[in-house]
Amino acid sequence: MSQYHLNYLEQLEAESIQIFREVAAQFEKPALLFSGGKDSIVMVHLAKKAFAPGKIPFPLVHIDTGHNFPEALEFRDWLASQVGATLVVRKVEDTIKQRSLTEPKGKFPSRNWLQTYTLLDTIEEFAFDACIGGARRDEEKARAKERIFSVRDEFGQWNPKLQRPELWNIYNGRIHKGENVRVFPISNWTELDIWNYIRSEKIDLPSIYFAHDREVIEHEGQLVAMSEHVQTTAEDKIITKRVRYRTVGDMTCTAAVESTASNLDEVIEEIIATRISERGETRIDDKVTEAAMEDRKKNGYF
Amino acid sequence: MDLLRFITAGSVDDGKSTLIGRLLYDSKNILIDQLEALEKSTKNRTDGSVDLALLTDGLRAEREQGITIDVAYRYFTTPKRKFIIADAPGHVQYTRNMITGASNANLIIILVDARQGVVEQTRRHSIIASLLKIKHVVVAINKMDLVEYSQDVYNNIVIDYADVAQQLGLKDVTYIPISALNGDNIVDKSETITWYDGKPLLEFLEAVEIDNDINLTDPRFQVQLVIRPQTEELHDYRGYAGQVTSGIYKVGDKVTVLPAGIETTISTLEVGGKSVDEVFAPQSVTIQLADDIDISRGDSIVKSDNQPQVSNELEVILCWMDDKPLIPGNKYYLQHGSRLVRSVVKQVEYKLDVNSLQQQPVEGNVKLNEVVKAVIKTASPVVFDSYGKLSENGNAVLIDETSNSTVAAVLIQ
Repeated sequence: MSQYHLNYLEQLEAESIQIFREVAAQFEKPALLFSGGKDSIVMVHLAKKAFAPGKIPFPLVHIDTGHNFPEALEFRDWLASQVGATLVVRKVEDTIKQRSLTEPKGKFPSRNWLQTYTLLDTIEEFAFDACIGGARRDEEKARAKERIFSVRDEFGQWNPKLQRPELWNIYNGRIHKGENVRVFPISNWTELDIWNYIRSEKIDLPSIYFAHDREVIEHEGQLVAMSEHVQTTAEDKIITKRVRYRTVGDMTCTAAVESTASNLDEVIEEIIATRISERGETRIDDKVTEAAMEDRKKNGYF
Repeated sequence: MDLLRFITAGSVDDGKSTLIGRLLYDSKNILIDQLEALEKSTKNRTDGSVDLALLTDGLRAEREQGITIDVAYRYFTTPKRKFIIADAPGHVQYTRNMITGASNANLIIILVDARQGVVEQTRRHSIIASLLKIKHVVVAINKMDLVEYSQDVYNNIVIDYADVAQQLGLKDVTYIPISALNGDNIVDKSETITWYDGKPLLEFLEAVEIDNDINLTDPRFQVQLVIRPQTEELHDYRGYAGQVTSGIYKVGDKVTVLPAGIETTISTLEVGGKSVDEVFAPQSVTIQLADDIDISRGDSIVKSDNQPQVSNELEVILCWMDDKPLIPGNKYYLQHGSRLVRSVVKQVEYKLDVNSLQQQPVEGNVKLNEVVKAVIKTASPVVFDSYGKLSENGNAVLIDETSNSTVAAVLIQ
């Protein structure tokens, strides 16, 4: 093997950085959608590398559902100030009031779906023409079909039957006024790639990714954290378990996994050994119908 | 660990989806919840088997119609390698979708139905593989179970295909007899096909040598954007950010900036903000130059003693990808890497029959999925190599100025 050889993580990194630079070069007002989860943290790290020694030339935008883990929010603020990026936060709560939207009901009232409204309002407010998201194609079968530059109409809608051919490493970001492009620089990364990269680059993460004691209730085999947003009934038994999170979404629709993994090596060991996919194990909202993600994306979800 | 990108090709019923399903299933890259979902959606089948093809059809319309509409990307890993599969549809829109999936592939798996042998579709996919210069070809002769695992059937197909490969100049071709349905020679060596002494498919994919696929001899670099922090401590910093297309660059190299043709030397090289002595393809890097030159996005920085071509007029092979036909004389944007120039398709010389490779006259406009030889004139010069010599610097796309769609794949000759 020659000395001029990149391992797979270095190849993925080079590809992602190329995509970040295309966004900065091709668009007037891009934004990096940032949730405080591991994928968006890796994206911030990649963006830092892409534009070094300059600063990341676009703001970090968080669509806050109001159901976030406090640890993730704290980390979000810390990271934004650390990289010197502008942080824009828009709250689903405010959209619900302004637009008199109906809050979902039920035991775990997920606001995940309502995020789309706030996101589209935010895109309009700032006239963002590109929104960089941390979606990966390995997450879900509808995502496996999406291009890296995904053109959305003025309603944010994705049309899977009308995607632009995407050839070599050429990305066509030309759009009409009102349209925007969702860009997915880490499309080709898998969950394990993300963790291995975090380990090799020594990237900091919020504490909830590592084993800790938490009060949870068990619901259909999944462990849901106790919070003010969960409607408990008399039958629910609140128990304390040693858990960690594989993904960080809303407290209402993200399940914890039982774990004793307290550092990156141990987390990676567990992920290699698991026989259940990331979304299957932890996302309650994907299970509504077989096409839940596809349907959400067609309506403007990222 | 390294990364192999491959594409699967074949007609609608050649068993592509089943092959991918089998690869993922037998290499234990399917997780329990995905398998349960699969079992749930196939539970009405009378024979009780799981339909592995359903793993890959991700869209509602695909499941409804039982066909694959667009390219999907799949990922799996073995202890030896990480794989990205471009799963392209086999039906009518073959050229457009196949080129989309094939443009990044190191390797193509062409499925042949053992009962049918080499058919028009096999030839067509092979022609596209040769046009795009895909470096490695695997001919997977599938459905061996339906021809009683006959060695004669296999041998005859190998002889037929060798002819095709020779005509097209495909050099690295490997033949594997398989049954995707039963899992023969996919991940494990078939116990039935005892006469085959080669590797099963996965073992071959793990071992195929791809290190030499990257050109390290002809240094090419295009500027994606200029980094100018303009802070107090970085007052004079001007970095040219981009991905090394091919070759190796070292600090101190004499370079020429094209198309302007100005010579200077490399003063610093950075990867991810860290200073290094040399960089190579396909790293994303930042270059600083010794002299203050006006350089912007789309310009090329090449070694002075190894220069590509610079021209306003390009002879190209165009694969037309849009429902709207190509009207000769129309203007389009040409995007060559990060260089975007206005261009006009001056003349279409001939059409390439993708079934026979014969050149045919073009009557009128060029329609969806047609492949033509044409001449493009650009408003400002393009810095390129021929696709055949250095594909990484010989590819481009055409963009419709009014619809913004990507309408053609361009292979510069």
